[in-house]
Amino acid sequence: MALGQSKFVEKLVFGIFRISAFINILALTLFLYFIVKNGISAISWEFLTSPPKDMMTKGGIFPCIVGTFILSFGALVVSMPFGIGTAIYLSEYANNEFLVRIIRLGVNNLAGVPSIVFGLFGLAFFATYLKFRVSILTGISTLGILILPVIISTAEEAISSVPSTFREASLALGATKWQTIKKVVLPAALPGILTGSILSLSRAAGETAAIMYTAAVFYSPHLPKSIFDPVMALPYHIYVLATAGTEIEKTRPLQYGSALVLVVLILLMNITAIYIRAKKQDKV
Amino acid sequence: MKYNKRLTEKIIEYLLFIVAFSALTCVALIVIFLFYEGLPIFEKVGFKEFFFGKYWYPTSDPPAFGIFPLFIGSVLVTILSSLIAVPIGVMTAIYLAELASPIVRKIVKPIIELLAALPSVVIGFFGMVVVAPFLQEYFDLATGLNLFNASLMLAFMSIPTICSISEDAIYGIPTELKEGSFALGATHLQTIIRVIIPASISGISVAITLGMARAIGETMVVLMVAGGAAMIPESIFDPVRPMPASIAAEMAEAPYRSDHYHALFAIGIVLFLFTSAFNLVADYISYKYKEKGSATL
Repeated sequence: MALGQSKFVEKLVFGIFRISAFINILALTLFLYFIVKNGISAISWEFLTSPPKDMMTKGGIFPCIVGTFILSFGALVVSMPFGIGTAIYLSEYANNEFLVRIIRLGVNNLAGVPSIVFGLFGLAFFATYLKFRVSILTGISTLGILILPVIISTAEEAISSVPSTFREASLALGATKWQTIKKVVLPAALPGILTGSILSLSRAAGETAAIMYTAAVFYSPHLPKSIFDPVMALPYHIYVLATAGTEIEKTRPLQYGSALVLVVLILLMNITAIYIRAKKQDKV
Repeated sequence: MKYNKRLTEKIIEYLLFIVAFSALTCVALIVIFLFYEGLPIFEKVGFKEFFFGKYWYPTSDPPAFGIFPLFIGSVLVTILSSLIAVPIGVMTAIYLAELASPIVRKIVKPIIELLAALPSVVIGFFGMVVVAPFLQEYFDLATGLNLFNASLMLAFMSIPTICSISEDAIYGIPTELKEGSFALGATHLQTIIRVIIPASISGISVAITLGMARAIGETMVVLMVAGGAAMIPESIFDPVRPMPASIAAEMAEAPYRSDHYHALFAIGIVLFLFTSAFNLVADYISYKYKEKGSATL
């Protein structure tokens, strides 16, 4: 009998495939179970709204939450014009295949750069060479480059999925190419662009290695006053609390609490993105 | 008025053309600054000593800058995590594209996306506080922070990459191919093995390559979970110190523009070259085997 002809073998192999898929669900469930179970008791209004106290062994994570928001939205602001511009060029203007391939190679290559290498680059270029020092500005520039490929590829997909009849109708009405892009193509591509932006926001918010030496500090007595100040950030806070210091066991609840807050933030962003995308697909 | 309009159009097109090179410019800047800060170490340490030296004692006197143990650490965590992640990732992809009902697909795909979105620092934290004590107790080890634990956590992170890219490739196979196979009397399993996997092998290879690239460059997980010993491990339960972990752990203590500082940037160069090579391979495969319709398969 030829390989895979028996119903029994087929059932067995398909069973293994099913189990593989199940392992993914199990992994996410186990992960969430431990983080939520151990983290939920640390969460309180005070934990979310007050700064750390007593050498970081008590108090809350308010400055870290603020810092994470500043860094991730800042990165998005830095990155979006370049990302969407590149996407518009690639899908609407570019007609030289070689050029497109080179640009795409750059984007793919950037997408594969390890986050610690972004950190090194941020330290050498923004912090040292441009003298931004360890600051919000250095952090959002570094993170902006890190999320650029995500923004480009999601925006490009959104723009090229706008039906060409939209463009033709607009051009037939006498609109110029740029007017068409601005008034017709971009509005139609907006949900897709929004999805990509939320995804990159979540990527930037969870990033640690890229901000360790460019923007984040372990402790800061006050919130940042300008973009030239360093900030506290949730991912870095979790890392430092979990690995450094003499009171690692004592601050375990704080670590779990911070991890839970970060995970919830990021899952919420991703679920929103998935929801927007699903809604758009239903419409089409 | 008309003239102005045309001029505006031209200006916008040129602006967008310049902007389109931003990603490429960033890659170029990254290369320039990595080399600028990394190359000076080779004035002090020879290439051979740097790449094949067995001792990484950057703060001793005299210091030793041999990255071989770090390199081996990176290679081992990548291989071991791929051994776990590739079968699970590809099999999940086959399940989702071929076997799952539309409803199951609609539920499981977002779950895998959420897995991909989990921040690495939290996965590292999970490995430290949940998996490590468990391994330590269950296998009676000196420490649960070791090669095996790091590989497990890395696998956890590369499965979604491998799975979603493979799934796209498998799902995109033209149905004629499947129907042709069924019409010849093949079972579903035979069709999967003989038709579907061969037809999507380029996509699956891209997925595996990118998954491995993600594992080799991942920093926080190996920093928190791999144990941090810069030595060549003898068992999978020995601690290791992969390259990204070294950079992240030591940059804080390396004095500005010291030999140690330059050596860490040089490790950054190695890391960058490695991940770029993986990405170029993936790019080459997907370009060469770009699907041109069912007729060419």
